[in-house]
Amino acid sequence: MTASGGEALDAFYEALRDDDADQLYDRAPCGYLSTAPDGMIIKVNQTFLDLTGYQRGQLIGRVRFSQLLSVGGRIYYETHYAPMLGMQGHAHEIAFDLVRADKSRLPVLVNAVLERDARGGPLVIRTAVFDARLRREYERELLRAKQRAEESEARAKALAKTLQQTLIPPAPPVIPHLDVAAAYRPTGDGSEVGGDFYDVFQIGTNDWVVAVGDVCGKGVEAAVVTALARYTLRAAIIEHSEPSTALATLNDVLLHHHTNRFCTVVLLRLRHAEGEWAGTVSCAGHPRPLLRQSNGTLHTVGKPGALLGVVDSPHLHDVQFRLLPGDMLVLYTDGITEARSGKVFYGDDKLAAAVARAPDSADALTSAILSEVLEFQTGRARDDIVVVVIRVPVS
Amino acid sequence: MVSVGIRHNINQSGRLDGQPMLFAHGFGCDQHMWRYVAPRFEDEFRVVLFDHVGAGNSDLSAYDPQRYSSLSGYAEDVVAICTELELRDVIFVGHSVSAMIGVLAAAAAPELFAKLVLVGPSPCYLNDTDYVGGFSVEDINDMLDSLESNYLGWSSVMAPAIMGRPDRPELGDELTESFCRTDPSIARHFARVTFLSDNRDDLSAVATPTLVLQCANDVIAPVSVGEFVRDRMPDASMVLLNATGHCPNLSAPDETTAAMEQFVRGSAPVRR
Repeated sequence: MTASGGEALDAFYEALRDDDADQLYDRAPCGYLSTAPDGMIIKVNQTFLDLTGYQRGQLIGRVRFSQLLSVGGRIYYETHYAPMLGMQGHAHEIAFDLVRADKSRLPVLVNAVLERDARGGPLVIRTAVFDARLRREYERELLRAKQRAEESEARAKALAKTLQQTLIPPAPPVIPHLDVAAAYRPTGDGSEVGGDFYDVFQIGTNDWVVAVGDVCGKGVEAAVVTALARYTLRAAIIEHSEPSTALATLNDVLLHHHTNRFCTVVLLRLRHAEGEWAGTVSCAGHPRPLLRQSNGTLHTVGKPGALLGVVDSPHLHDVQFRLLPGDMLVLYTDGITEARSGKVFYGDDKLAAAVARAPDSADALTSAILSEVLEFQTGRARDDIVVVVIRVPVS
Repeated sequence: MVSVGIRHNINQSGRLDGQPMLFAHGFGCDQHMWRYVAPRFEDEFRVVLFDHVGAGNSDLSAYDPQRYSSLSGYAEDVVAICTELELRDVIFVGHSVSAMIGVLAAAAAPELFAKLVLVGPSPCYLNDTDYVGGFSVEDINDMLDSLESNYLGWSSVMAPAIMGRPDRPELGDELTESFCRTDPSIARHFARVTFLSDNRDDLSAVATPTLVLQCANDVIAPVSVGEFVRDRMPDASMVLLNATGHCPNLSAPDETTAAMEQFVRGSAPVRR
């Protein structure tokens, strides 16, 4: 408010009481301008002159409204405001900076209407100008807060993405004398870290381990437990050769860790001896791997066991099997089978059918399963997905 | 891949067997800017209106900041529209930044264009040694602030709706809320690309017969800039309009149309 703001307001209230139209116009609590369609000022009220510090004679017939705006405001006037007025006949709550007579800036909000003549041609633009200093300062603070929030969101996404990459091997897994393919598809837009993981590593000559797991939940805490599970398994399987014992070790670690999170894991040890692959698998609350044999028969391997991080001595079993040339073994997380389309789950049967009809290649089977499940959910996965396929080549 | 018709909200009218006139809107609004001018050519021409990606009712999901980081991306769109709609012998009418988009399109695919009408063109908005574009970098930043302040009320759930009410001079209520408004981050990016571009060196390569329509009092594209465009282009003439401001297509449609008539309807002048 200007120094005479209080006085002007008193004059306005007096005019209200007396119904004095001239005073109501001149002393209105906002600036009034009437301009020709090209913006040339033809009439202003006293409040506008008080707000801007101009004399009436400096403005009438001499200055266009846009010339009273900051340069940036003039561009906005020409590219947005004038078209809006011309096309829709009004413009509401437009923020401008007026340049006062003393060159200082006054943030204002502007409402305007375009009056038309009987033939629809533009006649006069009537504009109300409101002092918006405090509001604009507040809005600037909001804008700054919004920019900070956006930057922080971008950082969080980058962090989540980096963290995500630590939950899987840095390079696609390779095991000599085997075809290995893996797919990892975190859910959502990547702003959150999921709980699925896999690992493929060597522990001795011709001795390999494959782990696929799923920690319940999402976010940073789940990621911490996922990382814990991954390196615990790496250490434990070296000390204890049976997968079930390594899983029991992970169970102990989870129970002693300050977390309520449990997890499911399938742990597979693969040994290559005398030209043949022998596997030992243990499943802890995890879907059992699917084995497609070279003759086309399909069955699960392993025996169901308890999930980890819940009870003291979970029932876990080791099952041994042979992998012959042409056999394919599919390890996956429940992001596959629990994929949903409406209320229908993708389920074990569809997965079995997809595995049965896929071409004879680890890569092709992996991408066939992935694309079919994504398509089933119309492209948007609700949960993380991991698929690891191992195939013994036919020599 | 979405069709160009949907991506650019293409609307066609007039004689479908006529010579095509492709109208391109400038920074800020959309194809409705041609609402008072384009219909005047429907008697003879195939009138094609479109929205740049990111503006009006275009497919906002097709907005790729990388592709639209220079005016060339927009020029490629213009060429793509001509190609996909099989437009030949095109009269391109571009307002404001689209004038230069048309120049770039004609430089890239000269065989597609018969004539260019450039309304309020500026090849460079920034002042330079021996060149007055009209603005300093501070002015452009001030404008970006102005944009930012005025997009506070924008909401992503506001569904833009297009309607036609030729009986009324104003747009219908459905459009009122969306006209001249789009996603703030897109608007900001387009503003930067528009006002920081410098295409002065592209002018001399375009020999397409060109008409520059210049307003008398245009803060965005001053008369000297219009003259610069005319002088640099090999086959350009200029008409100085009495209209003031930057949007004669809106504020003075009669004068704008009249100035275009002879150039557009007459046979192309012989190239020198």
